[in-house]
Amino acid sequence: MRFVRLILPNFKRHKTRTLLTILSIVVAFVLFAYLGAIRTAFSFGVSMAGADRLIVRHKVSLIQLLPQSYEADIERISGVADATHATWFGGIYQEPKNFFAQMPVKPEEFMKMYPEFLLPPEQYQTWMKTRTGAVVGRITADRFGWKVGDKIPIQATFWTRKDGGKLWTFDLVGIYEGKTKEVDTSIFLFRHDYFDEARGGGEGLVGWYYIRVADPKNAEVIAKQVDDAFANSPAETKTETEGAFVRGFAEQAGNIGAIVMFILTAVFITILLVAGNTMAQSVRERISELGVLKAIGFTDGQVLAMVLIEGVLVALVGGAIGLGLGWWAVSLGDPTKGALPVFTLPPRELITGAILVLLLGIISGLLPALQAMRLSAVDALRRE
Amino acid sequence: MANPLVQLSNVEKVFRRGSEDIHVLRNLDLVIDEGEFLALMGPSGSGKSTLLNLLAGLDRPTNGALTVAGKRIDSLSRRELAHWRARHVGFVFQFYNLLPVLSAERNVELPLLLTDLSRSERKKHVMNALEIVGLTHRAKHTPRTLSGGEQQRVGIARAIVTDPTLILADEPTGDLDRKTGDAILDLLQSLNRQQHKTIVMVTHDPHAATHASRQLHMVDGQLSSEMAA
Repeated sequence: MRFVRLILPNFKRHKTRTLLTILSIVVAFVLFAYLGAIRTAFSFGVSMAGADRLIVRHKVSLIQLLPQSYEADIERISGVADATHATWFGGIYQEPKNFFAQMPVKPEEFMKMYPEFLLPPEQYQTWMKTRTGAVVGRITADRFGWKVGDKIPIQATFWTRKDGGKLWTFDLVGIYEGKTKEVDTSIFLFRHDYFDEARGGGEGLVGWYYIRVADPKNAEVIAKQVDDAFANSPAETKTETEGAFVRGFAEQAGNIGAIVMFILTAVFITILLVAGNTMAQSVRERISELGVLKAIGFTDGQVLAMVLIEGVLVALVGGAIGLGLGWWAVSLGDPTKGALPVFTLPPRELITGAILVLLLGIISGLLPALQAMRLSAVDALRRE
Repeated sequence: MANPLVQLSNVEKVFRRGSEDIHVLRNLDLVIDEGEFLALMGPSGSGKSTLLNLLAGLDRPTNGALTVAGKRIDSLSRRELAHWRARHVGFVFQFYNLLPVLSAERNVELPLLLTDLSRSERKKHVMNALEIVGLTHRAKHTPRTLSGGEQQRVGIARAIVTDPTLILADEPTGDLDRKTGDAILDLLQSLNRQQHKTIVMVTHDPHAATHASRQLHMVDGQLSSEMAA
């Protein structure tokens, strides 16, 4: 601790240089936090996907529909605790850029399947009673300033009504919250019975099924049993865990995780070189001072530790400010206003960030610290 | 009768430059008594700084034995030598070698950071050392705001703050004008006479050497002549 008083004044030597180095680290960690949130957004649901939930979709593609009669068949399979379905509506609210997911579901079954969607009981009851009722997640409600009781007009893109009209009007009866920050609260849910009755085609067909399995250990076996049950039928299925489904969905836009990792790796290598070079330069300028410390009796290890701590302190200050700013920027919400519904920085990303800060400090300071450690006092004093 | 504090027996120091061996010190025998003020003189390249480095434990002899206060230091490891230096050696440099970012008192405190002393004890020792060199009023000043003579006095305060066995001074007046240099030499002399510090000073300056109680001349890595003051 007593050496800290010896280390801190070193930052005053070249204030601009110290500041710029810290600033470069700040930028790197703001980027880390922000890209981390984007990566999380693209893999939304993967980490939150229930281990006991499976998704059954058409074998050919997600947009091919499945018969509604499959639900009863699926529920008959041993090990399946529950099943329900949903369909992609794909409508437009006011203008196409106001994107959010809309899905007709069976309220009772869906809310049981997704206990992480928290809907106040009285709103749930109203939904059960209101055929044209819909509920929406907090993020979309706030985005458009919707309140319970509002009428929400949605323009269909392919689900036209029986009368040929494209406008579907729903009564907003509830706003659900997520059990955790990672839960997607952008989805607009309305009743399948109303949808099925009013749609102008595709009666008896649904988009996909959710299955809850009694024992997650049997998920793979049950997935195969489901697909076997519908093999050689006009609508063959592909069943996978919810995590795999969401990952596949996210990867339609490319391997975002890999792209983000690539960018971050490039940023960190650059910052490592910048910080390392600054530390090396700082040590080079202080060779004779380090020689004096050694002449006075500081051991090689103590000199190594001092230089290393100096590097770590720079990284810690820059990293803490960077992660703090990044966290704040992420907390301002989805920058795309809707395309990234789960825009949050999970604690594990912050922990990874903290570890990276430490590693950056240690690695950038290590070479200069080793150089300082190996320095002979006689040589150092001679270099004046 | 004075006690021998430093004993060099058949000490040799060889540096290797490429394929060539350079004998900087040759079969050196020397005894320095406790309480002595020894001036080491000689032309550049005569080996006096190398000898000082050996006495300081900054370097090890190639051959021979070097004993300080009854302890053989020629066979100590780098780490052991560092610990030994912290306890036994005070160093005064030609260019003062103060840390520019630290105040005078923090510079003086440096060697005490390696001891178990508490902060208040360290402060007491620092003020005592600054008082000896007459600089308590400049304690908070950084080296940049001190004159050359004042900086060297801070350097001396740093060298004596741990009450070392041996004070080694490498051209302590080499960067000062005559008047300031004399003041520094008087200070070293009074440390020797009043506080009985053992001092070894390397100097080119015959005038500076007159402040010592004994003068040794080195030529080509060997002691060539000796003169008592």
